Amino acid sequence: MTTDVLARPAPASKPETITKVSIIVSRGSLDGVYPALIMANGARAEGIEANLFFTFFGLDAIHRKRHEHIKISTVGNPGLHLATWLGGVPGMSSVMTHYLAQKMEKLDIPSIPEFVEMIADTGAGLYACKASVDLFGLSREDFIDQVTDIITVGEFYAQAAGGQIIFT
Amino acid sequence: MIDTMMAPTVTLAGLTVDVNEEGFFLQPEQWAETMVPELARAEGIADLTDRHWQVIRFMRRQFEEKGTGPTVRVLGKTSGVSIKELYQLFPKGPAKVAARIAGIPKPRGCI
Repeated sequence: MTTDVLARPAPASKPETITKVSIIVSRGSLDGVYPALIMANGARAEGIEANLFFTFFGLDAIHRKRHEHIKISTVGNPGLHLATWLGGVPGMSSVMTHYLAQKMEKLDIPSIPEFVEMIADTGAGLYACKASVDLFGLSREDFIDQVTDIITVGEFYAQAAGGQIIFT
Repeated sequence: MIDTMMAPTVTLAGLTVDVNEEGFFLQPEQWAETMVPELARAEGIADLTDRHWQVIRFMRRQFEEKGTGPTVRVLGKTSGVSIKELYQLFPKGPAKVAARIAGIPKPRGCI
């Protein structure tokens, strides 16, 4: 038989592959959102089932009016190597975000709205955390159409069963 | 020179080819279109459609032109098949699976 091309028997020592991930997005800054999106999209590209769960300020990434305006935090962000006082100058966050957006465009990294839409197209689920939605006084209409549902933490755990959970 | 001494070989369409442990061709020039139906079946694709072929041939062309296969994002923008449809055609990962079927190395890229 020649059809067992891809039936690759794994060596006994090789760990099992990841088949499912649930990624929690809790922050609403650019550097808080992108890593989660890259990981979710990358998981789907590997054929791994992926779900994104947006909570607290992470909800901005799926907020109809806010997802285009996600900025990098310039205050309390030592990775930027800016003087502390400079990070707080009005407009600094926008300037840095603009600078980064240009670099990202050159590398063909999609903007957050485009990226979220693309991830939805890969078949990943997008969920909003009910507690945060209630806390901020939001409702389904505030979120982009691609959002699958608003769910409770219990529903999140039920849905994450059998996979890995990543908190960002 | 690729060291294929330790690599597994498989027989496709009557020809022996070298693959790595993930099933990617080590020598893309060993690939032929006649191997595609068999490779697709091994990926769980029983019904190979024209849309599958469009993606597989596109991958192959891109590899021949650029020396590397496109990622899913690039496929979605340039192959004429949307990301949604790509995942319907290749649920186990469009770029990865199509690359394996097209006999090219696994595309590298984070997005």
